Amino acid sequence: MLTMTGVCAAVSVSALFLILGYLVVRGGASINWDFFTKLPAPVGEVGGGMANAIVGSGKLLLLATLFGVPIGFLGAIYLAEFSGHRTAFIVRYSADLLNGVPSIVIGVFAYSVAVLPFKKFSTLAGGFALGVMMIPITLRSTEDFLCAVPNSLREGAMALGASKWKMIATVIVPAAYRGILTAILLAFARVAGETAPLIFTALGNSFWSPGWTQPTASLPVTIYNYALSPYEDWHRQAWAGGLVLLGLILVINIVARGILSRGISVSRS
Amino acid sequence: MPSAGPRAGSRSFLSRLRDGDEIARLATLIFAASVVLLTILLVFELWQQSVLARHKFGFEFFGSSTWDPIAEHFGALAFIYGTIVTATVALLIAVPLGIGAAIFLAELAPARLSDTLEFFIDLLAAVPSVIYGLLGVFIVVPLMRRYVDPSLKSILGFVPLFQGPAYGLGFLTAGIVLAIMVIPYIISVSREVLLSVPRDQREAALALGATHWESTWKVVVPFARTGILGSVFLALARSLGETMAVAMVIGNNPKISASLFSAGYSIAAVIANELAEATSELHTQSLIELGLVLFLLTFVLNGLARILIVVTSQRGAGSVRA
Repeated sequence: MLTMTGVCAAVSVSALFLILGYLVVRGGASINWDFFTKLPAPVGEVGGGMANAIVGSGKLLLLATLFGVPIGFLGAIYLAEFSGHRTAFIVRYSADLLNGVPSIVIGVFAYSVAVLPFKKFSTLAGGFALGVMMIPITLRSTEDFLCAVPNSLREGAMALGASKWKMIATVIVPAAYRGILTAILLAFARVAGETAPLIFTALGNSFWSPGWTQPTASLPVTIYNYALSPYEDWHRQAWAGGLVLLGLILVINIVARGILSRGISVSRS
Repeated sequence: MPSAGPRAGSRSFLSRLRDGDEIARLATLIFAASVVLLTILLVFELWQQSVLARHKFGFEFFGSSTWDPIAEHFGALAFIYGTIVTATVALLIAVPLGIGAAIFLAELAPARLSDTLEFFIDLLAAVPSVIYGLLGVFIVVPLMRRYVDPSLKSILGFVPLFQGPAYGLGFLTAGIVLAIMVIPYIISVSREVLLSVPRDQREAALALGATHWESTWKVVVPFARTGILGSVFLALARSLGETMAVAMVIGNNPKISASLFSAGYSIAAVIANELAEATSELHTQSLIELGLVLFLLTFVLNGLARILIVVTSQRGAGSVRA
């Protein structure tokens, strides 16, 4: 029977790797320089690239980071350093709740607060949706890393006469910075591949997006649209896009884990 | 959990204000509170923006499977059916495989191998769903159409589940793609829970003459069963809310059909496909009400999952191998 569990492990792990290997082969064969530098070709023409989608994804992720990370990071400082039991419970509970909400529902929320009132799809609405998704991930892991800083450091700083905020800014946060950086990177990687909340907030665009209040293309949504299109050349580009997106996300994940394992600056025991 | 820092309660409010502590506290409080406010706003918006649909259809929304944007009649039954069927298929495949793999990693594999595989499995959990959808469309769908569906039909064709024409797109394909997506979650959480079972439980079983398998299956797994159940609930919540991969392979046809081969639709998929192009206010609001339904479903399931995982890890407290 124990061998059966080994078979289970082999089947699940190898199936997953076969599939991803296929993506690397197909994507690798389809990718070229045009993919990164050109706009999509008109329907029916071969060639073109996803330059606008790559830039669009960059803009959306920048917005998401600017919105989500400060709330997550400073909220975590409040939880770890200032709050009492009850407030901490409520904030943590909300964050966990938010974390469990399917991304499509976050998209519906962003649609109803950032698209419906203005009657317009926009880059801002897409960035807001992704930002909301970043908050709980950043908040909960940052808090964990702050709490792992030993109390002796806090007491030491206070004993030297530092005020509390000075202690946090000069002792606690620097002591936990590797963990915090990891948390932010993982949150970033998590939303970088999100498609569902962007379809009806940032919509999509076959051209360069003219501004923050206009719809923009993004890598995941473009992959989705191209994959379902009837054109062979668009399928090829969807594979290339998939490979670029996956590469980006896996690199961020590995870097984040690398930062963490190169020694957390504070022991977590 | 007590606050980590020593409380500065003994100093007067004024001196704390001068040090900037009070300002820092209030500033961070605003950000922490905004998390709570956002969550409340999310629920409120979903409720508020679906008011028209809720009043017009009431509970009939859940009893009707007609989805007709032109006649403005909206019923959610076909989508709820599709969501539940695909999630069930996914769990039927993913749970045995995932738990089997987790048992292997936690009990049998050497620690080095187990940790290495866990690293890769964690990476797989980070793969975005649109990529699974891409692979589903171009690999799983053709495989299903050419090999899996016809052979299932010839072997199990007498069961209504496996009758009717098979085009490759449909409930079964969506379920399989979902299973591939949630297996990493099940393995990851179940392995963690199994590793947190205290060592003496295993040793006691072995000392009583149990074989390695008996100690694993009759002692360790039952000890961890609530936590494993938690991982299953987590996977269920994920499959219910999963959008892209399902939307790309389920066939997008709001129909209730007993056959797993036929094309269907799921709640998340219909929102993704129609919200951007909703024709009327009632259409938009019905879609938002579907979002509300999905929110409530996952809310309940996630809550249950968390309780189950916490209960197990508390029973085996102190021995979690990090």
